[in-house]
Amino acid sequence: MSHFLELSQLHKTFPTPKGPLTVVKDFNLKFRKGEFIALIGHSGCGKSTVLSMVAGLEDVSRGGIVLTGKEVTSAGPDRGVVFQAPCLLPWFTAFENVMLGVDQVYYTASKLERRQIAEYYLSLVGLADAMHKRPAELSQGMRQRCGIARAFALSPKMLLLDEPFGMLDNLTKMELQDVLLDLWQRDQKTALMVTHDVDEALYLADRVVMMTDGPEATVGDILEIPFPRPRNRRELLENPEYYRLREYLIHFLNERSHHRPAPSIPPAATPAPDSGIKRFFNSLSVV
Amino acid sequence: MNSKFQNAALSTALALIGVGLFFLLWLALNRFAPDLPTPTSTWQGARIYIVEPFAYRGEQDQGLLSLTSKSLILVAKGYFIALLIGAPIGFCLGLSKNFTRTFDPIVQVLRPVSPLAWFPLGMVLFLGTGGQALEYGALFTIAVCAMWPTVLNTAVGVRAIPQDYLNVGRVLRLSKTKMLFKIMVPATLPYMFTGFRLSLGIAWLVIVAVEMLTGKVGIGQFIQDAYMNANYGNIIVGILTIGIVGYILDRLMSVVEARFKTA
Ligand SMILES: Nc1ncnc2c1ncn2[C@@H]1O[C@H](COP(=O)(O)OP(=O)(O)O)[C@@H](O)[C@H]1O
Ligand SMILES: [Mg+2]
Repeated sequence: MSHFLELSQLHKTFPTPKGPLTVVKDFNLKFRKGEFIALIGHSGCGKSTVLSMVAGLEDVSRGGIVLTGKEVTSAGPDRGVVFQAPCLLPWFTAFENVMLGVDQVYYTASKLERRQIAEYYLSLVGLADAMHKRPAELSQGMRQRCGIARAFALSPKMLLLDEPFGMLDNLTKMELQDVLLDLWQRDQKTALMVTHDVDEALYLADRVVMMTDGPEATVGDILEIPFPRPRNRRELLENPEYYRLREYLIHFLNERSHHRPAPSIPPAATPAPDSGIKRFFNSLSVV
Repeated sequence: MNSKFQNAALSTALALIGVGLFFLLWLALNRFAPDLPTPTSTWQGARIYIVEPFAYRGEQDQGLLSLTSKSLILVAKGYFIALLIGAPIGFCLGLSKNFTRTFDPIVQVLRPVSPLAWFPLGMVLFLGTGGQALEYGALFTIAVCAMWPTVLNTAVGVRAIPQDYLNVGRVLRLSKTKMLFKIMVPATLPYMFTGFRLSLGIAWLVIVAVEMLTGKVGIGQFIQDAYMNANYGNIIVGILTIGIVGYILDRLMSVVEARFKTA
């Protein structure tokens, strides 16, 4: 069975003054259609590098990326990208920023229809009243709302988000997570989101992919998040399962991320080293 | 609010003290250089040009602002040629490593050449145009001398375009033209305007030399005339006029520049 998106034996090598540096090595991951995957790992391990390769913004050194049966070779509007800094073009208003993409993707639609598309997505993210302001007049949170609207308005096949809420305060972050979930549920876009926030990963994702530390980073472990949707933040926080999964992720980041998984054993089967913790984790629903 | 007012008052007061010191220095110099006119005699000699700034008493005998406007028109023409040529060259330098490798040495060699050296070449270039050679030669000189800051600042600006902005364009698969005019040019504008401002300064600097060489009527010619007629006070008046006009031009460009910086 073919997958929606398949990353196979992905390598990324950067030339550096000290010689080539292999940042990502043998990275394998298969996406189901409509799946939301969170990618976590320590800062600098290569999460953004993986995401950029999927976006087509970085070349693949070795291995391949196949999206709906086609090899990814360049960037394109079928993959909406939400950057960490929203990267709105400061000389355009929020509306014009969204329109830049809409004009590009819906070039057969009439001018009026295109305006309506942009306005629709801007109001979905709560920017109906501020859409004709420049980014400089918008708060960080509002800018990121616009970044999300811009990505969704392209009606892409999938979404790529690189720590989109990393620079926001907690309250704004939670608001925007809900905005994102709302939009995502509307049309079940396949999504890959880089984050270093374990709670964010648990709240949003269907699966959390844990990356080992670089260089030569790869998939260390994958955790299936079984919570039904639509999810409710408060109910999650009352669920003991939530804390077990949370512990599992944190344990990975603290202890296990430093080693590449042994090649012969599938990552999911890698047991925790310590015997006490071992029994604890064996009881978890790990895929 | 109050401290803002105090600050402004202090600035004005200090500026006035500066002007006062300037006149003291002038008076002191009068003791060493007997041919240097005093402030009073300068004022008396130049009064007619200042109090009737737009008077036209003949081609060689006009009010200061009338002369200045003639110079400004010539500067404006040369300056726009400089921008029209300089900005695209700057873009090419910023965009292409190979273009830079090819042309940067030439740019660096031509950049420090004085307008006095360019002008004869300009004349030669346009000799075929007959009566117009003087005008074209002048424009050529202004444009060639003034375009370098625009070239270099534009190139720096293009190289400084944040990769993120370019990525936005790549994700959207913008056409080359859209990429240029919707992303690259707006992103470079703040740098370009720094270049434009510096270029304008040079264009205004060059005008005096050009008018002295061509004998075209204007504020530079006014000084040349004053020198020939041993009317030394007018030299000083000419210098002050050039300085003040240059300052005003620079301020105006700064305002425009600042507007683009915040945008
Ligand atoms: N263009 C590049 N040239 C050389 N090294 C790079 C380049 N881009 C990223 N790296 C290196 O690759 C590693 C992973 O970077 P990145 O993917 O940004 O990490 P993350 O997003 O997980 O924090 C880092 O060590 C970084 O220094
Ligand atoms: Mg990153």
